[in-house]
Amino acid sequence: MLEITHISKTFFPNTPNEVNALRNVNLTLEKETFTAVIGTNGSGKSTLLNAVAGTFELDAGQIRLAGSNITGWPEYKRAKLIGRVFQNPFAGTAAEMSIAENVVLAIHRGQRRSLRTAVTRSLREEVADRVRSLKMGLEDRLDNPIGTLSGGQRQALTLLMATWRKPELLLLDEHTAALDPKSAAKVAELTRDIIKQDKLTALMVTHSMQQAVDLPDRIVMMHKGQIIRDFQGNDKRRVRIPDLLSTFDRVQKKELFDESVAELLYGAYA
Amino acid sequence: MSLIFGAFTMGLILSLLSLGMLISFRMIRFTDITVDGSITLGAAITAVLITQGWSPWLAALMAFWAGALAGSVTGVLHTRFKIQKILSGILMMTALYSINLRIMGRSNIPMLDTNSFSDGMRALLLKLVNNADRINVMGWQVSLIDAAVLIMMTFITVIVGFLLYRFLLSHFGTALRAAGINDQMIRAQGVDHHGMIVFGLALGNGLVGLSGSFLAQYQGFADVQMGIGMMVWGLASIILGEALIGKNSLGLQIIAVVLGTILFRLLIAIALRWGLNPNDLKLVTSLFVFMALVAPQWFRKLSGNFQRGKGHA
Repeated sequence: MLEITHISKTFFPNTPNEVNALRNVNLTLEKETFTAVIGTNGSGKSTLLNAVAGTFELDAGQIRLAGSNITGWPEYKRAKLIGRVFQNPFAGTAAEMSIAENVVLAIHRGQRRSLRTAVTRSLREEVADRVRSLKMGLEDRLDNPIGTLSGGQRQALTLLMATWRKPELLLLDEHTAALDPKSAAKVAELTRDIIKQDKLTALMVTHSMQQAVDLPDRIVMMHKGQIIRDFQGNDKRRVRIPDLLSTFDRVQKKELFDESVAELLYGAYA
Repeated sequence: MSLIFGAFTMGLILSLLSLGMLISFRMIRFTDITVDGSITLGAAITAVLITQGWSPWLAALMAFWAGALAGSVTGVLHTRFKIQKILSGILMMTALYSINLRIMGRSNIPMLDTNSFSDGMRALLLKLVNNADRINVMGWQVSLIDAAVLIMMTFITVIVGFLLYRFLLSHFGTALRAAGINDQMIRAQGVDHHGMIVFGLALGNGLVGLSGSFLAQYQGFADVQMGIGMMVWGLASIILGEALIGKNSLGLQIIAVVLGTILFRLLIAIALRWGLNPNDLKLVTSLFVFMALVAPQWFRKLSGNFQRGKGHA
């Protein structure tokens, strides 16, 4: 279970570039649930994900995962509990190393690394078996550098790696955004299957309304560093893309109105 | 003939340095100029300890640890204090110059008639050839001492190369290599990539220190200036070896580095024999590395022009 309480983050404070990326965000993910975060550019959805992953220090608030307060943990220590897939297909694997070597690194995610040989014969068989389930023919290419794979293949493999050891939390950062439509659909399908099969708790940032409606159990909508809507249970089951779009529209209209009013008032009083 | 023999021996001794740089330069991708200081550090410590009666092997071990310490300081300067890679190395190299002078107490320590790591082998050879002071190797007369050093260095290089190979294929070594390729990926797999950089530099410079120890024992002295340009020599050797043998697998890469170092020493020996002024050696080496670094770009550009057709707008 993930509990995010009152977290805030301001980038470049006290400069002209100041960004209030997260403003007092609260979010609790129940065990074995799949939540999507959607929002406009700059809404703070990726920042929220990175806050959980630990890529920066929070200004305020607390993050608890699986009973531990991980707020002060460095990124690499959180990896014991968290599996991650990045937006950039190149980010999640070491390009010059072989498929088998990349997978072996993931099998021991967050564990001590011994001086025993990493890629053994029995391990290769285990890897080949699991990789075969991707139906991409990668089981015959275990010794090829990962850099020779397509973006979709790399992303599918990264997903497999992130979930090889069952993580307490799976973080997906727009992991299909950089793929062609066909690969994106395949990776999305794989994501749903793995999460369902392994009963994972997952948090996914996405640009795709379709994905947000199709895959998860819950949709959280963010805007300007805050959570503005939360579709759960029956709400989520009923929600369709037009509903999401109209919610965005309302928020944006309200904002336009606010700004024009502010300008008006400014003109009157200055 | 002693020219080729000497070049071979020097090549084997310096291949430990090149193997160390293989870890820093190629594996964790850190252009580490600490090397210039840590090879001297290894030599300095060895000279002081051996002249005080320490065993040559213990002295070599201490040289390894001292080099490792120097390397880890460079690593900490970069990871903990966020100093640029190249500047961290320069700071440590400069500091080591004074440290080496402090250790030695003067700028040069001769090691005449002191114990050396090749003593045991020399005694063994003496017994085998009934106390002759030269032996016949495939028709060449070779002094017993040179033969003993060469045999020992061959053993040592093979052992170090093999251990390095096993290490790089281990879970830990695999994580180390990945840390050099993609730090974001390796953090996401739960590995502290800063720790890996520090460890890689420590191991690399430890091997460099070891190389310095054997170098001092072979040459019969330690000199505070002996490290100048060593990093570029190591670089040249690595590039040369990879150009000839390639880097398709870790084993080949290690073999390439050793053979590259030996070949580079041979080329230097031949160039000197042909009348190259020793003072120009470092200039020539730098030019060689420069050429090796830019040649691939030129070739790419040339072939690119051909593919696109000349005069492409």
